[in-house]
Amino acid sequence: MPAIKSLEELKRVRDDALLKRKMRAESGNIQVIVAMGTCGIAAGARDTMKSILSYIETNNLGGITVTQTGCIGMCEQEPILEVVMGENPKVVYGRVNAEVARQIMKQHVQNGQPVKDYVLPI
Amino acid sequence: MREIALHLLDIVENSVAAHSRNICIEVHENHPSDLLLAKVTDDGDGMDEKTAHQILDPFYTTRTTRKVGLGIPLLKLAAEMAGGGLSLITEAGRGTRVEASFRFTHIDRMPLGDLAVTFLTLLVSHPHIHWTFIYQVQSEDGQWSKFKFDDVETKAVLGDVPLTEPQVLRHLRTMFEEGVSAPSLQPVN
Repeated sequence: MPAIKSLEELKRVRDDALLKRKMRAESGNIQVIVAMGTCGIAAGARDTMKSILSYIETNNLGGITVTQTGCIGMCEQEPILEVVMGENPKVVYGRVNAEVARQIMKQHVQNGQPVKDYVLPI
Repeated sequence: MREIALHLLDIVENSVAAHSRNICIEVHENHPSDLLLAKVTDDGDGMDEKTAHQILDPFYTTRTTRKVGLGIPLLKLAAEMAGGGLSLITEAGRGTRVEASFRFTHIDRMPLGDLAVTFLTLLVSHPHIHWTFIYQVQSEDGQWSKFKFDDVETKAVLGDVPLTEPQVLRHLRTMFEEGVSAPSLQPVN
């Protein structure tokens, strides 16, 4: 792919994102964190991550920070996902495959209701 | 791990943990010499000779959450099973390069896997690291093709627009998917 054309396209993408961001009411900071140690990756954490990114893309969800962390010591519960919304305490989920990740994005991140069946007691 | 792309995602985590500022991932498919190379080069903390030797042992780890560190030993095993091997060059305070080689046509070589998702995942989840991704192929007839992504220009254009904005994600995902599935042909020297 020609690099110049791609950068021009990226500039349009940026302007579009800036415009959308102005229109969006500040809903507080939302962080989605995927555990990606060796244990997480072996259990399918990249599919979980892919599912989250594609949910954001498909549903046009702005203002979400997606990051990753290493092994947090509960390898048997991987893939593990943490959701932090504004000032609320973080919610830690276990055994989050691609499908469960979509459910969490929809029910928790978009509508504020944690998906209780997958919440780990921390 | 079922894919080389997953191993890469995994061992790069060591580079991130070692406070690297610049990380380069390279995958070379060299068909005339029947070779697949996967390299990670970082400018992180590096290791002294003793530690570099220890990390090949699955029961060595710097982490405190569990007692085994499997990343490097697993990749080494995968490479050796496919007629290749693993080399580790490192210097304390300078950085580390891990290079795994595989015989491309070896029956036990695991698939390269989804390199595009591995690149996208690393780029968005560690935005403060300067990433370079290279995927380069030399076909049977000697023709080179290459996809190279250096995040400098992208980040300069985006400014403070996060990489995880939906429009930006779409752009990056498409670019990686196209780049990896059809790297551009390189002029013959």
